[in-house]
Amino acid sequence: MRGLLLRLAGSLPALVAVIIVTFVLTRVLPGDTATYFAGPTASAESIAQIRAELGLDRPLPEQFWSYVQALVHGDLGMSLTTGQPVLTDILARLPASAELTLCGLLIGMAIAIPLGIIAAVRQGSLADHACRVIVTAGVSLPVFFTGLLLVYVFYFLLGWSPAPLGRLDAFASPPPAVTGFYLIDAALIGDWETWRGAAAQLILPAVTLGLFALAPIARITRASMLAVLGAEFIRTARASGLSSRTLILTYALRNALLPVVTTLGMVFSFLLGANVLVEKVFAWPGIGSYAVEALIASDGAPVQGFVLTMAILYILLNLAIDLVNRALDPRARHT
Amino acid sequence: MSAATPAAAASQSVLDVTDFSVEFRTRAGIVRALDRVAFSVGRGETMALVGESGSGKSVTAYALLGLLDAAGRITGGSARLEGTELTSASPAALSAIRGKRAAMIFQNPRAALNPIRNVGKQIGDVLRRHAGLGARAAAAEAIEMLRAVGIPDPARRAGAYPFELSGGMCQRVMIAIAVATRPALLIADEPTTGLDVTTQAVVMDIMGRLAAETGMATILITHDLALAAERSGRIAVMHAGHIVEDAPTKTLLLYPRHPYTRRLLAATPTAAGNLADLRSIPGNLPDLRRDDLPPCRFAARCDRRLPACEAPMQWRELEPHHRVACWNPA
Repeated sequence: MRGLLLRLAGSLPALVAVIIVTFVLTRVLPGDTATYFAGPTASAESIAQIRAELGLDRPLPEQFWSYVQALVHGDLGMSLTTGQPVLTDILARLPASAELTLCGLLIGMAIAIPLGIIAAVRQGSLADHACRVIVTAGVSLPVFFTGLLLVYVFYFLLGWSPAPLGRLDAFASPPPAVTGFYLIDAALIGDWETWRGAAAQLILPAVTLGLFALAPIARITRASMLAVLGAEFIRTARASGLSSRTLILTYALRNALLPVVTTLGMVFSFLLGANVLVEKVFAWPGIGSYAVEALIASDGAPVQGFVLTMAILYILLNLAIDLVNRALDPRARHT
Repeated sequence: MSAATPAAAASQSVLDVTDFSVEFRTRAGIVRALDRVAFSVGRGETMALVGESGSGKSVTAYALLGLLDAAGRITGGSARLEGTELTSASPAALSAIRGKRAAMIFQNPRAALNPIRNVGKQIGDVLRRHAGLGARAAAAEAIEMLRAVGIPDPARRAGAYPFELSGGMCQRVMIAIAVATRPALLIADEPTTGLDVTTQAVVMDIMGRLAAETGMATILITHDLALAAERSGRIAVMHAGHIVEDAPTKTLLLYPRHPYTRRLLAATPTAAGNLADLRSIPGNLPDLRRDDLPPCRFAARCDRRLPACEAPMQWRELEPHHRVACWNPA
């Protein structure tokens, strides 16, 4: 427990750095917020007036100081595009992104981990070659391309999936928010029609992310499994005549999962990045598309809020991975 | 070494190996790792298999238990464990024998144990597989096994992980895993390498005591002649995939007959001897990938070589229980 708190404290400097860098970046980036919002026909006077209202005419350190002060009170500023507090926007959109990313990760893991195990246990077999092809394809195909391809095939050609327009059909109403995850919320109230609708919308973007996540997970699982299968304690287990089930699942896999879990953290952060594009392709109302829109509009506060949210998510994620590692590896509990 | 009739093939023998040959297919050619190896081990007997690195001691053990990697293949001969032929047994049958009737312990005990499974469970796994025990009974029996190998406070130590135990403790756990099902044969591959001297003695004592209690036959694989001299009743000397001499320990140490055995003894330090008298063995092991391996693989290094050495090798029983594969024994 103390170790965890220390780790949390250790990530504070990174958080501070993120706050400073995003603040500076949004001020340095080309594009002037006041000009953008004043509109194309605005006079120099009205632009100056908007700039003064937004506080953009004050010196940078002063702006930064008021930004930090607001931040301490949980105020991420106002979005000029939506007219809402950034915190409200992000909290409303985060579950959409989280549901999509987690489903993508789960789909990737569900395919990649068994594939990696089989590829390692039966080296040179068909499964091993399939693993290599899939890994190469997963690495080389960009997500927006796989996303568009899936939409083209499953929506346009086959008509199996609904139009890629958000989390639910336009005429359906979302389930009452408990977790914000439609699949969980709908299941909680037993509304299976909404559940199916949400799942149908979710499946293509989640598969798109899953295909992207698959490659690194499968590769690490295979390599880690191969390394463990060659270890001396596996030889002992074989010499003890343990069944191949016990040998592969209890002895080899649990050890092989340690590096895989660490990799999952990295993959998850890749997915958060890939999310931005996938949300665009599928009109997914997540924080990725929110940030892109704000960036295009030179709307600084949402971008800063987005990056900060990502940084906090990433820190929490690493903490979770630490916890899983401690649960799996008794050696990690002692350090 | 045809028509091999192992000297100690008593009615009580646990393992009978005859004409046992193993090859490895490698990119650089076929390695003839074992050539017509023959020996037998009786109930309660400890036989030491000695020889320099690469002589085929470990390969013998791995091949007997069906643990060779994919490149290795048994090309001939027979190995019967309590009457069951091992060379023709299916992988499933071998896996049922391993850990139950024949067990093995290894050097570097800490690496040989699963790092993230507590030692009680690792012993329990073998009991659940071979003794048909349930989880609870296996856990209780595992604690008894830890007690049997002299681990203090076994109930608490059963929950320990290998990294929490010393090397000697880990080797005791290895022994507990190996003997948990009261096997007829225990193969100990360099069991004390890497342990300090006092721990070595303790570990060997435990193995000796368990063997005496259960009538288990032991094959002690070692390059350490002093250890073999102290702990075995019989020594078989291996050189380049051949067994070249096989005799009761005392006889072999006092009256070695094969030139290689004599060289090996001359290269072993003793308490009484002078360091300056130690002699290294000239030359190296022959390249076992050659197609034209001589009948006697020691011939190139031997100072007693005769023209007769070109003839196929045969076992010669010089006296009861002392056989040698040499045309010109000393």
